Amino acid sequence: MSAALLAMEGVACLRGGRLLFEGLDLALAPGEAVHVIGPNGCGKSSLIRLAAGLLEPAAGTIARAACALADERLALDREMPLGKALDFWAPDRSRTSDALEAMELDLAAVPVRLLSTGQRQRAKLARVIASDARLWLLDEPVNGLDARSVGLLDAAIGTHREAGGAVLAASHVPLGGKWRRQELAS
Amino acid sequence: MIGTLIRRDLGRALVAGAWLPVAFFLLVVTLVPFAVGPDARILSRIGPGIVWVAALLAALLPVERLIGPDLDEGVLDQLALRGVSEEMVAIAKMVAHWAAFAPLLLLACFPAAALLSMDGEQLGATLIALLVGTPALAALTVAVASLTAGLPRAASLAGMLVLPLAVPLLIFGVGASSAGGVGALKLEAAVALLLVAGSPFVAGAAIRAART
Repeated sequence: MSAALLAMEGVACLRGGRLLFEGLDLALAPGEAVHVIGPNGCGKSSLIRLAAGLLEPAAGTIARAACALADERLALDREMPLGKALDFWAPDRSRTSDALEAMELDLAAVPVRLLSTGQRQRAKLARVIASDARLWLLDEPVNGLDARSVGLLDAAIGTHREAGGAVLAASHVPLGGKWRRQELAS
Repeated sequence: MIGTLIRRDLGRALVAGAWLPVAFFLLVVTLVPFAVGPDARILSRIGPGIVWVAALLAALLPVERLIGPDLDEGVLDQLALRGVSEEMVAIAKMVAHWAAFAPLLLLACFPAAALLSMDGEQLGATLIALLVGTPALAALTVAVASLTAGLPRAASLAGMLVLPLAVPLLIFGVGASSAGGVGALKLEAAVALLLVAGSPFVAGAAIRAART
């Protein structure tokens, strides 16, 4: 087994003076997927941001490989056509078209601001798929997705894991496929 | 990466209306002769000062869309994930902001000089002083935009934050804009260098602080 793509040891998270969790150990090897569950406000999103390195842990250490993040924000330029906006983040163009195809987004020429909620969510996931990061961090990935799109996401995650990638997803609803569950208490 | 970032920000500035700061600049210098009266001697005396105040305010005009939207939309987070440092982002934004407003502003100085009865010598000195000073104005705007990003009424707060920092630049800039202001030009260049060199670090720290 090669080195872990994400290794958290004894991590504590302090937000706004409140201790969300402490002593958290979490390791993600290539091919693994972890589903973080827990009630609203228990620190699922904070855990994702800690894993991404956008928050500093109050205690503990975090080591990570290059990662791609899909949180509640789209991070695509609103005035640009979807294809161009994704190209900005993708290492090369062929990856953008593959990602658009994987999420069945036949909208490369449509400006980002005209996308519907579900399309925006799929565009966000396409941005992650188009990146060459081995670690995917997904915060509530199925929000606003219909059943068919959830299937597309499951398929994309399956392909990514087969290629040696790892996924850390936070979601309060069940996700398809085989996941290791990590529960956060409130 | 920095080239891509500059191109993106410049493109966004052009779409959002690069002509706005320059139109604002021309508006101010057009109003002054009406307010002060058509006395050519008075106008040419206060001309450089008016040009500098108008340039400062024009540079500050897009302060709300420089950093705030990218912070809200998560673009800055995505850049951090790709290993682009916040300081690098700030430098790219400074260059793009300068390129979007300064060249047009320098062009607009020609009609401004006519409106304010400035002679050729004064115009030449003002152009050189603005060429030295506008990068500092762009840097200052980006730093203040980062400090106020995500806050309510960011634009008015930005105006107050810029004021004390811009005063030295304004004093030496206006000094350098009149004939024989070589000493002032050197001091202006020193102040501008300080602002340009310091702003990326201020902006970077502010962006990181906004994240937590």
